Amino acid sequence: MSGVVLVTGAATPGVALAARRIAEAGDVRVVAVDTTLPTDDLGSVKFVRADIRTPVISKVLAVEDVDTVVHMDLAPIRPRGSGSATKEINVIGTMQVLAACQRSDTVKRVVLASSAAVYGASPRDPAVFTESATARGGTKSGFSKDIVEVEGYTRGFARRRPDVCVTTLRMAQWLSPHFPTVLSTYLSNPVLPVPMGFDARLQLLHPQDALEVISAAALEDHPGTFNVAGDGIVMLTQAARMLGKPTVPLPPVGFGAVLGRMVHFMGSDVSPGLHRLLTYGRVLDTTALREIFGYSPRHTTRETFEWYAETARPGLLHAWGITR
Amino acid sequence: MKDDLKGIGTSGRAGRGNGSTSPSRAARSLAGPAAKKPAAKKPPATKAAARKATGAKPTSEARAEAATSAPARTAAKKKPAAAKASPQKAAAKKAAPKKAAPVEEPTPKVAPSAQDPSGPAAAEQPIGTGRQRHLHAVTEDEAPRQEPPQEATADIDPEDVAAAFAEGARRLLGADWQTTMTEIVGSLRRRLSGDYAVDEFGLDPEVLDLLSHVVEPLAESWFRLQVRGVENIPADGGALLVANHSGTVPVDGLITGYAVRKYAGRPIRPLGADLVFRLPYVGQIARKMGATLACAEDAERLLTSGELAAVWPEGFKGVGKPFSERYKLQRFGRGGFVSSAMRAQVPIIPVSIVGAEEIYPLIGNIPSLARLLGLPYIPITPFFPLLGPLGLVPLPSKWIIEFGEPVRTDAYPPEAADDPMLLFNVTDQVRETIQQTLYNLLVERGNPFI
Repeated sequence: MSGVVLVTGAATPGVALAARRIAEAGDVRVVAVDTTLPTDDLGSVKFVRADIRTPVISKVLAVEDVDTVVHMDLAPIRPRGSGSATKEINVIGTMQVLAACQRSDTVKRVVLASSAAVYGASPRDPAVFTESATARGGTKSGFSKDIVEVEGYTRGFARRRPDVCVTTLRMAQWLSPHFPTVLSTYLSNPVLPVPMGFDARLQLLHPQDALEVISAAALEDHPGTFNVAGDGIVMLTQAARMLGKPTVPLPPVGFGAVLGRMVHFMGSDVSPGLHRLLTYGRVLDTTALREIFGYSPRHTTRETFEWYAETARPGLLHAWGITR
Repeated sequence: MKDDLKGIGTSGRAGRGNGSTSPSRAARSLAGPAAKKPAAKKPPATKAAARKATGAKPTSEARAEAATSAPARTAAKKKPAAAKASPQKAAAKKAAPKKAAPVEEPTPKVAPSAQDPSGPAAAEQPIGTGRQRHLHAVTEDEAPRQEPPQEATADIDPEDVAAAFAEGARRLLGADWQTTMTEIVGSLRRRLSGDYAVDEFGLDPEVLDLLSHVVEPLAESWFRLQVRGVENIPADGGALLVANHSGTVPVDGLITGYAVRKYAGRPIRPLGADLVFRLPYVGQIARKMGATLACAEDAERLLTSGELAAVWPEGFKGVGKPFSERYKLQRFGRGGFVSSAMRAQVPIIPVSIVGAEEIYPLIGNIPSLARLLGLPYIPITPFFPLLGPLGLVPLPSKWIIEFGEPVRTDAYPPEAADDPMLLFNVTDQVRETIQQTLYNLLVERGNPFI
């Protein structure tokens, strides 16, 4: 055993997959922590129940002799708990984890599974974000705000501990038919509320690509910040058509609130800030990932979406035979 | 020549059109001067009535009416190949159904005439020759009928609608309308199933195609667009088009895009203000056209990937300037476009657009309302709030777009983009070029509208 990797947020299905992937990919021991028991099979991964919002996490680091921390306990919405609880875990959790890492003598590598939400989404944004771009709007609230703060703390940590290799992965929207993600929850609604007069460019990330990148970052030194996303885009209306789901155009003013109500009425939940993504869209430049990190995403956005659409239940328009 | 005879719904039945126009007039002209009788003009001359007349006592008017009413009704069943029939054959066929129809319900008076394919009307009536000639004229561009008229009823039957539709489609889409139709339906179906590709900026080539069809009549017929210096646009590789901005509503961007696409065969990537992308529908269409935000990141990305970007550095100062200041260039931004071109090492092509200033002469502004709505200005033109939506029709000014000689930037190293003095100089050079060209073109154009 060459090392010990700590993965936070293991109760989330995607994170559990990442933990298993790291354990399979390298000759390492993987320890996963979360406040609740993971629903997925963790395989050879050791689960430790710990709350990352408390200093307990530094004890876990010390006891398990962790040398790599993969912080993935960042989510725009939690199955339980309100928005403030989500923020608490995202921001305070990150602060505690980084504080523990700064104290630790064993930690040599920190991987932050960040999100493209750090760029926000606004009409003032460039069409394609590079890693050096800064958010120009849309980071005043919701998950984007959390992520901006989390990345800020991570940069602070990297400055104070230059000997630790810090990798920040800004990942596009995950989409998988097998576990709920922000977009799949939205797309599973029978009708899709969309902002009237806008057609967002969506970029997706295949979980397989995401897991590859995360495990590579956890097992090798790749200092820096990298956008991770599938090539190409899918427009929101195009996505709805491919799924055969009718769209309900809503006025762009107050779209966020109405979207929340409507989706809640249909029995699911929408993450705060998603309305901005659905209005203005967001596309990432992955040149750095290819040339510096050395990984080329294997699945394009379109392939990822088709993979999802195949497995998803046919939408109303397909079911009624109007399209397809 | 007799094109007005085959309008949609000319089956001459009650409730289709006003009845006093196409079918009866056709009948009258076919019947010659004798048709000027009130009986022929009677609007509710239905097919049933026509046939009854034919069956009972075949008057020339009624028969001619039946003859003209039938083609439109049966056009749906005709294939383009059938149109090759010779005029005589067509005439014979035209005459036949009148006779053939009663075969279904045989009456002694019509049955014998059905055996005479040479047009019994000609034999019976003294004005037959004249009518025959008229019939020929009709049949030459009319597809021949092959089937007898169906049982006619007073209400609209679906076949009639289908015939009208087919006729309309044929007039709109040409002879091979069925192929065109299949293509349209196919592409519509493809669009509706989401099976199309969009690039990462959101450019949708199919929407761009459709849009250029819409803009074409506006540019060519309404604005009588002249384009010069197309050879200055490189056939491939990146270049930055820099143009003057005017016209209250940025129609010049649309027309420039159309001109470059048509004459240089390349799509342009317009760089727009953030307001464009904030407005519903406007932003959506702009993205699908290939526009993106005018920022250094996007400009350099487009230029280095070999695209033809276009920028209007005057921005709202140019597009929203009063009519009295027309063709006076405003400040050219802060020279950001020069630094982008220099970093990407692509030429700058000055574009002078004459004609856009006159489309909506801006004579006033409502600043308070504009502030309230978050817009740069609320225009008042001589017609806009006054005539309501009619005021939104652009005035038909004459347009000239001239693409000037490229300004090379590869003579400077990319680091020169950090030299503000150099940027100001190049900006001024481009601006002066456009201003001088504008003056020359204005003199040459003369009257803006005629």
